[in-house]
Amino acid sequence: MIDKTSASIEEAIKQITDGSTVMIGGFGTAGQPAELIDALIAHGAKELTVVNNNAGNGEHGLAALLKAGQVRKIICSFPRQSDSYEFDKLYYAKKIELELVPQGNLAARIQAAGAGLGAIYTPTGYGTLLAEGKESKVIHNKGYVLEYPIHADFALIKAFKGDRWGNLTYRMSARNFGPIMATAAKCTIAQVNEIVPLGNIDPEHVITPGIFVKHVVAVKGK
Amino acid sequence: MAYQRLTREQIVQRVAQDIPEGSYVNLGIGLPTKIANYLDADKEIFLQSENGVLGMGPAPAKGEEDSDLINAGKEFITLLKGGSYFHHGDSFTMMRGGHIDICVLGAFQVAENGDLANWHTGSPDAIPAVGGAMDLAIGARNVFVTMEHVTKNGESKIVKNCSYPLTGMACVNRIYTDLAVIDVTPTGLVVAEMVPGLTLDELQKLTDAPLSIASL
Repeated sequence: MIDKTSASIEEAIKQITDGSTVMIGGFGTAGQPAELIDALIAHGAKELTVVNNNAGNGEHGLAALLKAGQVRKIICSFPRQSDSYEFDKLYYAKKIELELVPQGNLAARIQAAGAGLGAIYTPTGYGTLLAEGKESKVIHNKGYVLEYPIHADFALIKAFKGDRWGNLTYRMSARNFGPIMATAAKCTIAQVNEIVPLGNIDPEHVITPGIFVKHVVAVKGK
Repeated sequence: MAYQRLTREQIVQRVAQDIPEGSYVNLGIGLPTKIANYLDADKEIFLQSENGVLGMGPAPAKGEEDSDLINAGKEFITLLKGGSYFHHGDSFTMMRGGHIDICVLGAFQVAENGDLANWHTGSPDAIPAVGGAMDLAIGARNVFVTMEHVTKNGESKIVKNCSYPLTGMACVNRIYTDLAVIDVTPTGLVVAEMVPGLTLDELQKLTDAPLSIASL
């Protein structure tokens, strides 16, 4: 019997080694897998490259992981926010490397990795600072920039319901990066609000098919 | 003759009048988000939010907020009947793939050819953040900009060439300022409207790129 559910968040998280690239779902705090991040902080893996849309909000979640000094580099689209002060401090102290990626290119590069593509030509960023030093090409009179996939060792995502085969549903706009990050990591760990029996999720409503998920852990929550 | 600048609220009110029923619309964070407050309630307009929401409704009543339901500015929202949720890949397929009819963005500068600068001042100690601005700039079918006509120091925000780093090249279609509505056309900037009492000469003095007036 295949059972991807795990009673212990710690068991799932302890596979993450120093130097890993870790995708973390969420847009701001919506969809951010706070309990998985807390476990990663407790686990203590260092020198991480983190992929997220933002660079932490307030004191908790990703912001706390940054504050703990475990992140060497962050790949994101929108680091600077009114409450991104943990990131801001590290950035000004030159203790973190920032790779700034337009949000759609971030999504497309993650999808390219998941889909096994070697690179993509994207119109976003063409002719801007963020395309400097990159190959570009004019296709049908429109300019495109060559961008490479972003692969990860781990994806930590927040879903809503999960079953023992790893099928997932999401809730509202907390879905955001979860489904695409799940495809781009060697090992996807999903925290869910509820583990349900196989067959409970209508196959028509499965958003992430279990093939993309290694571990499902239940956390208390809404 | 004296003229009155539009307030920021009046600028967004003016933009709202130009959004037809049935449009798929993305409103940028900040001032453009407020356009939603002025859309005609009798029109069905589809508001898209980059974080995976189509059919965005107004802010929830106090106590009804749901932390899983936010907009691009990370404010609480609601979903209209018929609305949908989707992941970031689909969301940026909508935005980059030409499926959004109108997006409205703020700007530091717009050039006479429609170049847009709105993400970065270029200052070496500023932390750059771009979000979805570059995707919208080149991906939406019509890009509207809302901004004050001049900076606090009186410098024109409409320029021959942007001095700030670009968000997108030749992508702006229409500019709504506190003084005028200006179309970016293949033959240059064309004034479609001015606030009452303002002359083209006066507007031109405040604008660092040549203006012409829509012929009647």
